[in-house]
Amino acid sequence: MDRVPILKLGDCLLVTVQVDMHDQLALALQEDLTQRIVSSRSRGVLIDISGLEMVDSFIGRMLGNIAAMSRVLDARTVVVGMQPAVAITLVELGLSLPGIRTALNVDAGLALLRETLQAGLAGYAQRL
Amino acid sequence: MLSDSKLLPIRSDQDVVRVRQAVRGCSTHLGFSLVAQTKIVTAASELARNTLTHGGGGEARLELIVDDARRAGLRLTFEDRGPGIADVQLALRDGYTTGGGLGLGLGGARKLSHDFQIWSQPGAGTRVTITRWK
Repeated sequence: MDRVPILKLGDCLLVTVQVDMHDQLALALQEDLTQRIVSSRSRGVLIDISGLEMVDSFIGRMLGNIAAMSRVLDARTVVVGMQPAVAITLVELGLSLPGIRTALNVDAGLALLRETLQAGLAGYAQRL
Repeated sequence: MLSDSKLLPIRSDQDVVRVRQAVRGCSTHLGFSLVAQTKIVTAASELARNTLTHGGGGEARLELIVDDARRAGLRLTFEDRGPGIADVQLALRDGYTTGGGLGLGLGGARKLSHDFQIWSQPGAGTRVTITRWK
């Protein structure tokens, strides 16, 4: 079965979804990603969906699951690159992706992740 | 009404993707805006998945139609011979689910289309027809 590739980018993971995802592929990605977060000790996950021409409730749920699972594994997720038509459709569908942080592109998403991780570290140092 | 139609089976995940691609192709062919294309493709994806997971598979019919005012539209019909829906009004409500999903499929598809019709009979199956005009 084909898989969505996961790339390591420093202490973060980058997932670029380029194909029209069928449901099994989306489920496999959830599993692969959680394993990679643990094995590579990543603190952040960037999911680039600029190649996706639509996000329906199934894919929306998968993105929410990935964000929740990575949070439990002490990593933060940012979804980047959503096409404007996809954003319009998602909101009209009644799906506003609660709990998912977004950024316009990979660069902005990486900056957001670094900021979040540093703020987390600073907060931890303060508590010590 | 003039019409031109295509019938696609829905038996697997890959078939759901094929339905999406065919709907994309038809809506592009009709000159739908990118947002309109995305809406009808998303609605089709929700309904095709319902046909597969709740109806145990079935088929999708894609029809290019023209109304009396010569306006072009895309009509999609999803039909299965599955268990049917006991309470259609309940099934249309946002957040109601029996499949472990978000419960946005049926109601979401209605919101994304201009016209929505559903027929369902417990034990006989379900047929959902949506239309989006250009």
